[in-house]
Amino acid sequence: MKSRRNILIVAAALLALAVFAPFSSSYVLTLITHALVFAILAMSLDLLLGFTGLPSLGQAAFLGVGAYLTAILASDYGFGLGWSFWAVILLGMLLGAATAALFGLFAIRATGVYFLMITLALGMCVWGLAYRWNSVTGGDNGINLPPRPEFGISLANDVTFFYVVFGFFLLTLATLYVIVRSPFGRTLEGIRERELRMRILGYNTWLHKYLAYVIAGAFGGLAGVLWAQMNGLVSPEDVILTTSVDALLMVVLGGPGTLIGGAIGALVVTFLRDYLSTVVHWWQYVLGAVYVLTILYLPGGLIGIPARVRDWRARSGGRGPMNAESVFHSQEGKP
Amino acid sequence: MDTQFWLIQAFNGISYGALLFLLASGLSLIFGVMRIVNLAHGSYFLLGGYVALSVIWSTGSWVLALPVAALVIAGVGLAMERFFLRPLGFDPLRQVLLTVGFAFLFQQAALDTWGGDPLNIDPPEALTGSTVLGGVYFPIYRIFMISLAVVMGLLLWLAMEKTRLGAMVRAAVDDSEMARGVGIDTSRVSMFIFALGAFLAALGGAIGGAFFGVYPGLDFEILPLAFAVVIIGGMGSLAGAAAGSLIVGLADNFGKALFPEVSYFTLYAPMVLILALKPTGLFGRD
Amino acid sequence: MKGKLTTSFGRALTAGCVALGMGVAAAPASAAEELRIGFLAPLTGPFAQIGKDMANGFQLYLDEAGNNFAGAKVTFILEDGEGKPPVNVRKAEKLTRQDKVHMFIGGLLASTGYALAPVSTRQKTVYVASIPAADDLTQRDSAKYPYMVRTGWTSSQPSHPFGQWACEQGYKKIVTVAADYAFGYEVVGGFQKAFEDCGGKIIQKMWPPLGTKDFGPFIPQIKKDADAILTLMVGPMALQFPKQLANAGNKKPVIGGGTSYDEYVLPSMGDEVIGHVSALQYSAAIDTPKNAAFVKKYRSKYGKVPSYYSESNYTTAQMIHEVMKKTGGKWPGAEKFIKMMSEIRIDAPRGPVRLDEMRNPVQNIYIKKVEKRKLHGYPQDELWNTVIKTYPAVGQFWKYGKADFLKQPVYSRDYPPCKYCE
Repeated sequence: MKSRRNILIVAAALLALAVFAPFSSSYVLTLITHALVFAILAMSLDLLLGFTGLPSLGQAAFLGVGAYLTAILASDYGFGLGWSFWAVILLGMLLGAATAALFGLFAIRATGVYFLMITLALGMCVWGLAYRWNSVTGGDNGINLPPRPEFGISLANDVTFFYVVFGFFLLTLATLYVIVRSPFGRTLEGIRERELRMRILGYNTWLHKYLAYVIAGAFGGLAGVLWAQMNGLVSPEDVILTTSVDALLMVVLGGPGTLIGGAIGALVVTFLRDYLSTVVHWWQYVLGAVYVLTILYLPGGLIGIPARVRDWRARSGGRGPMNAESVFHSQEGKP
Repeated sequence: MDTQFWLIQAFNGISYGALLFLLASGLSLIFGVMRIVNLAHGSYFLLGGYVALSVIWSTGSWVLALPVAALVIAGVGLAMERFFLRPLGFDPLRQVLLTVGFAFLFQQAALDTWGGDPLNIDPPEALTGSTVLGGVYFPIYRIFMISLAVVMGLLLWLAMEKTRLGAMVRAAVDDSEMARGVGIDTSRVSMFIFALGAFLAALGGAIGGAFFGVYPGLDFEILPLAFAVVIIGGMGSLAGAAAGSLIVGLADNFGKALFPEVSYFTLYAPMVLILALKPTGLFGRD
Repeated sequence: MKGKLTTSFGRALTAGCVALGMGVAAAPASAAEELRIGFLAPLTGPFAQIGKDMANGFQLYLDEAGNNFAGAKVTFILEDGEGKPPVNVRKAEKLTRQDKVHMFIGGLLASTGYALAPVSTRQKTVYVASIPAADDLTQRDSAKYPYMVRTGWTSSQPSHPFGQWACEQGYKKIVTVAADYAFGYEVVGGFQKAFEDCGGKIIQKMWPPLGTKDFGPFIPQIKKDADAILTLMVGPMALQFPKQLANAGNKKPVIGGGTSYDEYVLPSMGDEVIGHVSALQYSAAIDTPKNAAFVKKYRSKYGKVPSYYSESNYTTAQMIHEVMKKTGGKWPGAEKFIKMMSEIRIDAPRGPVRLDEMRNPVQNIYIKKVEKRKLHGYPQDELWNTVIKTYPAVGQFWKYGKADFLKQPVYSRDYPPCKYCE
C-alpha cells in the first residue's frame, strides 16, 4: 500500500509540521495538538476498520478509560504529575488493552453491521458508567486535572506538549506500520478480504481479530491519556456516541487502510469542528457534504485523490480502478 | 412498593415502549430487507417532530400534523434511498456510513430551519389530563400512545402477512437473491421499506414531541435507544421490534425507578449480553 | 512521477501554510481602549433558550450603554458552549488564545462552571461566572480560582432562607425531587439543612437524571404522607414535571428551587403551577421602579419577560461598566479588575448587590408564588412570580458563619444524610 515515494511524502509533510507548527498562533497550535491526539485514536480504528474489516462504533470507550484513569490518578492520588507520567501512559495503554480484551470476548464473534451494533452498545455502556457512577467519575461534572506534569520539561508549555504528543503520534504510526506490514498484518488484510478463505487455509481468524481489537484498544487508551492532559478535564461528553462516529468519519474520510489517512481525516474534522464552527455557523453542512461525497465518489478517502487523478489521467477520461475499496465490498453483513 | 406502584410503573414502561416501537420498528424492517443500519433514523424521528410543529403552526391542526409529518419524512427517506443509497449497490457498510453523513446534514438543516430552541408539541385538549381507574391515575396521552402503537403494529402485521406486497417483503428478508430469482423487484421493495421506516420514525417523533420535546441533539440521543430495541428484539422482525420495545421500555422505567445510579447501565448491559449470546437478537433470524 | 511528488508535497505544504497563516493573521492585538468580552452560552441543544436569555440580558445593557464603557469600546464575542463542559473549555481556549479577550463570561450549568474556572487560572484571564451556581467555586475551591468572580448566586444561597420559610409554614415532612447533578444536590442540601435545623424532616429524596422528560418512574414513588413536594427542575424538565405531576393527580403543595418556575419557562406553563412557591434572588414581578423599567424594556425588545438568566447578565454588564468608570475606560489588568469588581456595590433590577470576601454576591432572596394577574401595567392576565416575602442581604453562608460552614462537606447526593428516609 505504501511505496517508497509515499513514505517520503508523508515524512516530509510531518517534518514540515514539526518545524512550522510552533510558529503558528497559540490557538492553532492547540488545534493541531488536538488533531494529533485524535489521529492516534483514528489510526487505532484504522487497524480495525481499514485492515481487518471490523467497523467499530465504540472506539471512544477506550479513549474514555484511558482518559478517566489519567484523571482519577492525577486528581485523587496525585499520581502522574512528574516522571510518573510515563507510568500513566503505560497504565492507560494496559487498561485500554484490558478493556478491549473484555469487550472483544463479546464483540469479535460478530462481523459487519452486527459488529457495528455491538461496539456501539459497548461504547454506550462506558458512557453510561461515566455518567452515572458519580463517586468514581464525578458524574456529569467530570474530573478536573491538576496542571500538566513536569519532569525536567514542563508539559504546561504548549509547544513542549505539542512535541510530546507529536512524538507519541509518530510512535503510534511507526508501531502500527510495522504491525500491518508484518505477517500478522497481512493475515488481517486477508481476513478483511475473505475470512472464510483464511479459515479454510487454517488461520485462527478469531484470534487474529481479537488481537487486533486488543491492540486498537491499547492505542485508544494512549489517546485517552493524552486527551485528558490536553484538555485538563474529562467528562462523560468525551465518550458520547458522536466521538466514536467522529473517529469513524476520520478514518473513512482520510482513507481506510492507509494509517496516515486517519491522521488526515483527524486534521480535517478537527479543523471543521473547532475552527470553522467559530467562523461560519453552517459548518456542519461542509462536514456532512464532505463525508457524503467522499463515500460516494472517493472510496479511498482523501488520500486516494492523487491515485484517482493519476488513474483518471491515464485512462484519459475513463474511470480507473479504485484503491482500498475492498474493505467495503468484502463485507457480507452476516453474523 | 404496593401493587399500585407496580401497576403505574408497568403502565409507564409500556407507554414508553409504545413510542420506542414506532421508532424502532422502521429501523428493524430496514435492516431486515436491506441489511442497512440506518444511522439517520434518529434524524427522521427528530425531523418528524419538527415538521409536525410547522404544520401545527401553519394550520393549527394537530390531527393533520401527524400524517403530514410522517409522509413528508417518508418522502425524504425515499429520496435518500433512491438517489444516494441505491447507487452504492449492495454495500451495507458504505451505506451505513452514508447515513451518518446524512445525519449531520439533517442536523444542520433542522438547526437552520427551526432554530436552536427546545420546542414542545402540545396535544389537543382532549388528550391531556388523566382518567382514574381504581384510584390510580392514567394519563390519557399515554393511553393514546399505546393505542396508536398497537394499531400501527396490527396494520403492519396484516400488511406483512396478508398482502402481496408484504409477501414480497418477507421473501426479500428471507433470501433476497432467491426473491430476485422469482421475479420480485427487490429494489422497489427496498425503496418502499425505507420510506415506511422513515414514516414510522417520523410518526414517533411527532407523537414523542409532547413527551420528549423537540430540540437539537435529540436525534443522537434517541438513536442508541432505537438500537437497544432492535438489538434485543432481533433485526428484521416485527415481533422482535414489539418485544424489544416492551422490554426496553420496561427495563428503562424500572431501572430508573429502582436502580437510579446505574440506570443507563441496566439498559445497555443486557443489550451486550443478548448480542453476545444470540447476535441476531431474540427474534432475529439469519 | 516527479510531478506527482511535487503536487502532493506541495499540497501538504500549502495546507499547512494556510492553516498557520489563518492562525497568525487572525490573532488581533489587544488595544487599551478596546474591551474584549467573550461570552459562553448554550445556543443549541436543550438549553438554547436559556443561552439566548443570557446573551440578550448582557446585550441589552450594552445597547443602553452604546457599547461604550467609560470610553472603552466593547467588543462582544458570543460562542456556543452547547451546555457541554468540554465544548465550553475549547471555546474558552479559543476566546483567550485567539481573540485575546480581557475576560470571558457565562457558562450555564454547574458542570460548566467547574470546567471553566480552571481555564481562567490556566490562562490568567478573568472569568465572570454570571450563572453557574456550583457552591464550591466560591467556597472550598475558591483559592484555586483567583481570576474568577461570581455575579450570580450559589445554589444553596436561596435554599437556606427557603428551608426556614417552609418550616414556618408548618410543613413537617417534605419529599424532594431534584435533577441529579451538583446543582440539584446543592439546592436540596441547603434547603434540607435549614429545614431540619428548624425541626422539619426530609423523608424522601429522588434524583431524576438531568434532562429527564418522562417522570413516569418517579412520580408514583412520592410518599403519601408528605406535606409538600420540593422540586428542582432545570431547562425542559421544569416544563414537563408539573404537567406530569398534575396529570398523575397530585394534590399536595409544591414548592421549588429557583429555576423550577423561573420566567424562562413560566410563560409556557399552564394553570397547573398556580400557587407553587419558589425562592431566588430575582423575580420579574419585583415591584420596584427599577425592575419595572427593566422588564418593560427587555420585553419590548425581545418579546418575552426577562428571566433571572437575563437579569444576572444584565447586572454583570452593569458591574463591569462601574469598574471601567473607575478606571476611566482603561483595562486595569486582570488582578486589579478582580479586586475592583469585588468592591462594587450596585442597585440592580434584583435589588442591592455587593460581593462578599469570597467574591460571591450578597443580595435579597425573594420567596415568590405563581399567580395569574396583571402586573407592570400590562393589560392581560399572565403568570407572574409574585413576591410574598423578602430576606434582605443574604450571603452564601446564611446564618452559619463562614468558618463553620466551610467545615462541613459540600452538599452532595449524600450530604446532608437523609436521616428520616425510610
